[in-house]
Amino acid sequence: MSPRSAKSKLLANWPVLHQLRHGDPFGRGIAVKSETSAKLQPRTITADKVVKSVCPYCGVGCGQNVYVKNEKVVQIEGDPDSPISRGRLCPKGSASLELTTGPSRRHHVMYRRPHSAEWERLPLDQALDMVADRVIKTRREHWEWEHEGKYVRRTMSIASLGGATLDNEENYLIKKLWTALGIVQVENQARVCHSSTVAGLGTSFGRGGATTFMQDLQHSDCIVIEGSSFAEAHPVGFQWVMEAKARGATVVHVDPRFSRTSALADLHVPIRAGSDIAFLGGIINYVLQNDKWFHEYVLNFTNASHIIREEFADAEDLGGVFSGLDAEKGHYDTGTWQYEGMPVQSASGNRDAQYDRPRKSSVSGSGKPESHGSGGAGLAGEPERDLTLRHPRCVFQILKHHYERYTPEMVRDICGVEPELFLRVCTAVTENSGRDKTTAFAYAVGWTQHTTGAQFIRACSVLQLLLGNIGRPGGGIQALRGHASIQGSTDIPTLFNLLPGYLPMPHAHEHESLDDYVRGEGTEKGFWGSMRNYMVSLLKAWWGPAASADNDFCFGYLPRLTGSHSTYDTVMAQLDGKVKGYFLMGENPAVGSANGKMQRLGMANLEWLVVRDFSLIESATWWKDSPEVATGELRTEDIATEVFFFPAASHTEKNGSFTNTNRLLQWHWEAVEPEGEARSDLWFMYHLGRKIRQKLAGSTDPVDAPVLELTWDYPTEGRIEEPKAQAVLAEINGFDADGSPLASYQQLNDDGSTACGCWIYCGVYADGINQAARRKPDKEQDWVGAEWCWAWPANRRELYNRASADPEGKPWGYNKALIWWDEDKALWTGHDIPDFDATKSPYYRPPAGARAAEALSGIDPFIMQADGKGWLYVPAGLTDGPLPTHYEPQESPVTNPLYKQQRNPVRQHFSREHNRYNPSGDEQGADVYPVVVTTYRLTEHFTAGGMSRWVSYLSELQPEMFVEVSPELAAERGLENGGWATIITARNAIEARVLVTPRMVPVRIDGKVVHQIALPFHWGHNGYTQGDSANDLTSLALDPNVHIQEVKALTAEIRAGRRPRGPALVELVEQYRERAGVTAQTGMGALS
Amino acid sequence: MGFFTDTSVCIGCKACEVACKEWNHVPEDGLVFTGMSYDNTQGLSADTWRHVAFIEQRKPLAGQVPGRDETTGAVAEGLRWLMASDVCKHCTEAACLDVCPTGALFRTEFGTVVVQEDVCNGCGYCVPACPYGVIDKRHGDGRMWKCTLCYDRLSVGTEPACAKACPTDSIQFGPLEELRQRADRRLQQMHASGVTDARLYGHDPNDGVGGDGAFFLLLDEPEVYGLPPDPVVTTRDLPAMWKLVGVAAVSLVSSIAASFLAGGSYRAGARK
Amino acid sequence: MSISEVTKDGVHNGRPPGEATTGVNVPGGPGTPDHPGADGRYQRRRRGEPTPTSYYGQPILNKPVWGAPDIPGYLFLGGLAGAGSVISAAAQLTARCRLARASKVANATAIGLSLVALVHDLGRRGRFLNMLRVFKVTSPMSVGSWLLAGFAPATMASAFCDVTGLLRPVGALATTGAAVLGPGVATYTAALISDTAVPAWHEGHRMMPFVFASSAAASAAGLGLVAAPVAETAPLKLLAGCAALGELALTKTMEERMGVVKEAYHQGKAQKLMRGSEVLLAAGAAIVLTSGRSRARRTVGGLSVLAGSALTRFGIFEAGVASAQDPKYTVGPQRERLKNRQDIAGAQPAPTQRLDATALPEAPLGGYQ
Ligand SMILES: Nc1nc2c(c(=O)[nH]1)N[C@H]1C(S)=C(S)[C@@H](COP(=O)(O)OP(=O)(O)OC[C@H]3O[C@@H](n4cnc5c(=O)[nH]c(N)nc54)[C@H](O)[C@@H]3O)O[C@H]1N2
Ligand SMILES: Nc1nc2c(c(=O)[nH]1)N[C@H]1C(S)=C(S)[C@@H](COP(=O)(O)OP(=O)(O)OC[C@H]3O[C@@H](n4cnc5c(=O)[nH]c(N)nc54)[C@H](O)[C@@H]3O)O[C@H]1N2
Ligand code: SF4
Ligand code: SF4
Ligand code: SF4
Ligand code: SF4
Ligand code: SF4
Ligand SMILES: [Mo]
Repeated sequence: MSPRSAKSKLLANWPVLHQLRHGDPFGRGIAVKSETSAKLQPRTITADKVVKSVCPYCGVGCGQNVYVKNEKVVQIEGDPDSPISRGRLCPKGSASLELTTGPSRRHHVMYRRPHSAEWERLPLDQALDMVADRVIKTRREHWEWEHEGKYVRRTMSIASLGGATLDNEENYLIKKLWTALGIVQVENQARVCHSSTVAGLGTSFGRGGATTFMQDLQHSDCIVIEGSSFAEAHPVGFQWVMEAKARGATVVHVDPRFSRTSALADLHVPIRAGSDIAFLGGIINYVLQNDKWFHEYVLNFTNASHIIREEFADAEDLGGVFSGLDAEKGHYDTGTWQYEGMPVQSASGNRDAQYDRPRKSSVSGSGKPESHGSGGAGLAGEPERDLTLRHPRCVFQILKHHYERYTPEMVRDICGVEPELFLRVCTAVTENSGRDKTTAFAYAVGWTQHTTGAQFIRACSVLQLLLGNIGRPGGGIQALRGHASIQGSTDIPTLFNLLPGYLPMPHAHEHESLDDYVRGEGTEKGFWGSMRNYMVSLLKAWWGPAASADNDFCFGYLPRLTGSHSTYDTVMAQLDGKVKGYFLMGENPAVGSANGKMQRLGMANLEWLVVRDFSLIESATWWKDSPEVATGELRTEDIATEVFFFPAASHTEKNGSFTNTNRLLQWHWEAVEPEGEARSDLWFMYHLGRKIRQKLAGSTDPVDAPVLELTWDYPTEGRIEEPKAQAVLAEINGFDADGSPLASYQQLNDDGSTACGCWIYCGVYADGINQAARRKPDKEQDWVGAEWCWAWPANRRELYNRASADPEGKPWGYNKALIWWDEDKALWTGHDIPDFDATKSPYYRPPAGARAAEALSGIDPFIMQADGKGWLYVPAGLTDGPLPTHYEPQESPVTNPLYKQQRNPVRQHFSREHNRYNPSGDEQGADVYPVVVTTYRLTEHFTAGGMSRWVSYLSELQPEMFVEVSPELAAERGLENGGWATIITARNAIEARVLVTPRMVPVRIDGKVVHQIALPFHWGHNGYTQGDSANDLTSLALDPNVHIQEVKALTAEIRAGRRPRGPALVELVEQYRERAGVTAQTGMGALS
Repeated sequence: MGFFTDTSVCIGCKACEVACKEWNHVPEDGLVFTGMSYDNTQGLSADTWRHVAFIEQRKPLAGQVPGRDETTGAVAEGLRWLMASDVCKHCTEAACLDVCPTGALFRTEFGTVVVQEDVCNGCGYCVPACPYGVIDKRHGDGRMWKCTLCYDRLSVGTEPACAKACPTDSIQFGPLEELRQRADRRLQQMHASGVTDARLYGHDPNDGVGGDGAFFLLLDEPEVYGLPPDPVVTTRDLPAMWKLVGVAAVSLVSSIAASFLAGGSYRAGARK
Repeated sequence: MSISEVTKDGVHNGRPPGEATTGVNVPGGPGTPDHPGADGRYQRRRRGEPTPTSYYGQPILNKPVWGAPDIPGYLFLGGLAGAGSVISAAAQLTARCRLARASKVANATAIGLSLVALVHDLGRRGRFLNMLRVFKVTSPMSVGSWLLAGFAPATMASAFCDVTGLLRPVGALATTGAAVLGPGVATYTAALISDTAVPAWHEGHRMMPFVFASSAAASAAGLGLVAAPVAETAPLKLLAGCAALGELALTKTMEERMGVVKEAYHQGKAQKLMRGSEVLLAAGAAIVLTSGRSRARRTVGGLSVLAGSALTRFGIFEAGVASAQDPKYTVGPQRERLKNRQDIAGAQPAPTQRLDATALPEAPLGGYQ
């Protein structure tokens, strides 16, 4: 352009002239619009492509659209097509762009030499090679063929943790390779998160997942949120609660804190942390005493009428323990809890409850796992029942008796809830349950993380069964699970005790052969009756042609368990020097797991550690900057652990599926290739396995056979040779002898003609189509959204939906129709896919001797249960009682008002140097730690912080670790809002900023004011926002069923001011311990 | 186009804050623990275009039974937790826009008020002009920034980022007239159900700023949320000011003239 | 209970989440009222508690980003030059050559400095020309920019011609031009700062032009007293004295008419500055008016008035900044206004401003500071 025309253009563009010309004399509009403004275009429009994805944070599983321009992700926002999220994203989902493209992500492999104080760089391939070498060496050096004389084929020297943030395909490869290598200590977040859910829901209904799905909450008449802060931890899911509210539903929130959820609830009940069984038991009692239970439902669909063995004695009659307690060992012999004349095996939960029980001491031999479901033909068939419910030993009467003392006054004395408020809740749930009304319960880790966690959930299950709310629209129990794929990593478990699809890992002593295993674990009736099909198909998927009927389909290749090998057992084994190598596959135990100090000291005892994550989380850097280095308890130069850090690829950089909280598998597509040396976990596992196999190639050592014979030939693609996730999904789905994809688990055989990596996922690749990738928009289908992705089982969205219809197959109420029996077509039909044999008439009754699915009648909606019923009473499958009953937490300022038995007698507790317990109740020294502590989440942060504390947009919203205290406590302790406080337990002390708020409520127990404080657990010392970790205060005290830690209720002291630095911190903790007289025996013992 | 933010359904998740920042590449605004309930953002600024306020009060929210125990006596007063997402009001009569000397601020074809980053010279006039304390200067940049009502997104018919993210529809986006009707209905519904505290704020086209392009349903007085109770666009008084400036200028001239007249004539040689 | 129905043919009575209302579907316990809020179970705020007027004491307005000394300096220097240009012309007309020259040079210097201050205060200095991108009557700064675009060259030319003796006719024209624009330059700044939401500025918008005019006159006269020989400054003696007293009186009146916002002028930095300005103006006026023919007294008096006038600008500036920082100055006058409006409207409250007893504001409790 010539200078002249440029000048005249400038003049022509002079807005002053436009002011007159464009009729904008005041120069406030079009006349002054700049060239840039005129050219403005949103980057959603200019993007080269839009990739469908799923939020990587929580289990709601919100849909995301990922916008890509020039091979870079430029925007991530909600996918309006998703029937779950409808385009919305909470702050975490909204921060996904920074999470995946922000400056805090690492793109290089890092290596820390033994005793070194610094990281150094290492090329990816070399690092992978070194890891392969270490796996091979450690495994060989610490191989165990036998343990105490029993065949185990394993190594206890390597452990792995993490999986809930990973894709199903990744978890699958992890479990597959580790298992083939003989590594049994494979664990993930499910352990610390919702393991008690699997036991609680599984034993009650047959499956360990939420019974309902998010959208269905819109039909609820009442929603009780208890043990969850729904609006904060599952914000986008909460829109369905709001929808229900908009239609008139009552929302109740029972929580020690008045949280953002309470703010939107009609009723908030401040409860003492750890006392929910008493609260729920109180409602159960109210329902039973006031005849509010749903007679027809209870009679037909539950085990209310089943008769229990005469030997059974209730906790009410034994001073707080059930019959069969071995106080010395802290175990129950569960034999006396069984149905009269019919030992049953629970569908899930701990089927190996009796493992450590000395076999001879059992009251009757029938309780042995070995005999479950297999005994003489005479035992199969109908259990003894009394349909009048009058038999004193029928479940209904036992239940009534058990909860009799759970009166409103008892609720007040245990929970600190006034009867007036309690009765409002009773009114709400009973008035909103029945034929034409349904109440839903939503819970999460406020219930799971207790020494009685599984029983918390059981209590809710009992109540919901009594009210007839399971399997019905607007009803159910919404277990709000944690991570994006925590459900997936439970289904395809990177968990020590499970194989894909909830098949139990074999135990050393009893599962010598496949037949023994199936006999021991399978059930005669129900869908578990086909367990052998599932197991053989799994073995075929893993060992392909090597697995044949002649060699028991390589059943012997599976390593064996000898007790609990949970992540907490692993930590103790690390401290004992038994574990040499540790993989952290997207988990941050230094912050997220209970007793942070033990976690870090355990890692300091390793020979090598592999961390795969986005950034340098605390679990990767503890050797240079952990709190123990600050106190002098650890010295960097003394630590011999080699540390490998591998940068992980994000969800936008890989293909794969997440399973959301409602069992929905949602495929997410790769939008861009990972940068630098970042790789997917699929890549890591595949290539690590490839290298190990290469290195072992030619070995004739039987130790190596499972590795070498493993099917491990996934196709790869692209520059980085990324394995094809879809090929892994195809294997998970399963195929027949010709290699054609299977469509349903009913096609699985036990003769080796089918292979299937996870039987409950069979169908996700039906017809060779990735069903999890289906994205039919919300607006183009009904509220169930059946064509949006794929849910297990068999794409059913509401579990046990047969129960939505009465025994004759008609909806209980015209306004609560979900599925119903179409007499003309002789078919179950409706809005959802029937969770029932679609052709089985309601009038069907099994012929004598029927087995597996045929043995279930037309009125047995709980098809995974041995007897097809919802279990009010759990005759088998739980280790700590057939009925939930209230015990105090391991640490509590309260003496159990219900029994002289203070705590769960069979809880797992450990007397170890760094795991001292605070005294409780009236024990001497309890007043040194008088305050109840609960830990919780903030909407703005995510779990141990790896995905939020490094994100500036989230960090600025909650920039510091703080503690919530009531004005009353603040006044007592001189705590100032905005100031500092130090919180002290027998383990450790931390500091936090003080937030004084009337939302925290002291409760009155037995005339005494009990103060509660709440700590978010997201902080650690790395990242953009840093602070002390709540888990440095918590202890290892576990639920005996599933080994979940009690971090929702403990005790502490709180005082004003910051904590001491350096060694003085250790001294402070010691001073308090001394003052309280804490010893190695404090809080120990079954009968304490 | 505009916003109706119904604070009564806000869950305080701050998705709006984050979604806005992600979309507009707004820088992080400092890591300050305030002790002001869950609000560590404090207010709107150049680097915060959506701000969620948190107010804890000892008073009831309709019939809500709050979580305070009788034993502590506090239930007698009630307890409620208000949350509200604030944003630029996109005033119909926008002071910021009126006073902007460069035309950086302008009214778009959607009726929204937008700063043009290629024009703003950082004169800072808009900042004290805004009666809501919205627009502000970005440190190290020198220019003024605020909510654009996602001008770029509107241009292709896409909903603003904050409204899209909002999980509970607390932020509703649409044509103003429609929103106003919706808000009236909502208010009636709430009053009918006994939520007498509910009131609309900024919805009235006859108010001091000609109505807000982003208006609210509040559960308490505006100042409790940090909003001015009766803002008036300052330029309403400008004609009067200009007149007075004229008068003052004239009196300035006259007084000087008068003093020279009074000061007598001056002869160059008078000193001698 | 929900109105939602899921019948065999689908969902009926759906409602979007935005229609949810909290505290409405509250279950009643036996023997308890259904709506605890309605039955007086909750008492109203304890008597005697002050009505809260803010969100944790956070300001409603954003703090002006204008800095001192740039902006108050500009207000002062602009006033000085603006009034000075009239003085120059008057001096020229009355053949007070030395006064005229001194004044012209002072004007040119002042306006030059003020332009520097203005540009210096810009966030994007390179874009100062954007000031002339548009012309907006609604923006005193825009109007001012155009004024300055004429005024600054005129004062410079006027001084240049006078000092160099070149191009006298141009000089005369420039002096006249400057004198024409000068009063505007001296007073438009009153509109500039009053045309904001800043309480201490806006609430004074009726008086501010006069305060600024008198302040400008006082400062220009004061400077003339210092710079020109006694023989030529007789008019200025009067002008400086009267303008200073006028400035004092007008400022007081302005403050008095501001209601609660007046406080902003009597606290902190502003108070110190305003106090200083009062003392200097009063003393200066006294000295000047009683200076007789003493050059020294005139100089001291002139300087005193000059400084007093400067402090006024700085004081007003600081009072504004402070008033924007305290929400009570924003809320108070607006509440007052609302109340008056309602009083006028009679007993009927406007439908949108519900002021029934239950709707009174309540203290935020998160605080406890
Ligand atoms: N924003 C956000 N969302 C998340 C996560 C996150 O970190 N941040 N994490 C995800 C994960 S991993 C999970 S598992 C879920 C967890 O989701 P939630 O379980 O909802 O999360 P928490 O806040 O840990 O606990 C919920 C509530 O339980 C209460 N509580 C504590 N003890 C008790 C008790 O004894 N009884 C009762 N009734 N309530 C109690 C706490 O006060 C808290 O309000 O959230 C997922 N979503
Ligand atoms: N006191 C207390 N403690 C608790 C809880 C509590 O409520 N209170 N809650 C417990 C619960 S429910 C849970 S789930 C745990 C959570 O505890 P953790 O699981 O330890 O916490 P996260 O921060 O989620 O760790 C997951 C890590 O995975 C990384 N990651 C994300 N995506 C990928 C990926 O694709 N590949 C790889 N390799 N890494 C990835 C993230 O950056 C992050 O660092 O905390 C438990 N701890
Ligand atoms: S974190 Fe959970 S609720 Fe939030 S956007 Fe992601 S999936 Fe949705
Ligand atoms: S709120 Fe303030 S910034 Fe927004 S349009 Fe109105 S005056 Fe301008
Ligand atoms: S700072 Fe920018 S937007 Fe604000 S008034 Fe000045 S030029 Fe306009
Ligand atoms: S409309 Fe756009 S710019 Fe304005 S607050 Fe919302 S997201 Fe931010
Ligand atoms: S996104 Fe919606 S619900 Fe969340 S804070 Fe913002 S306005 Fe409130
Ligand atoms: Mo979790």
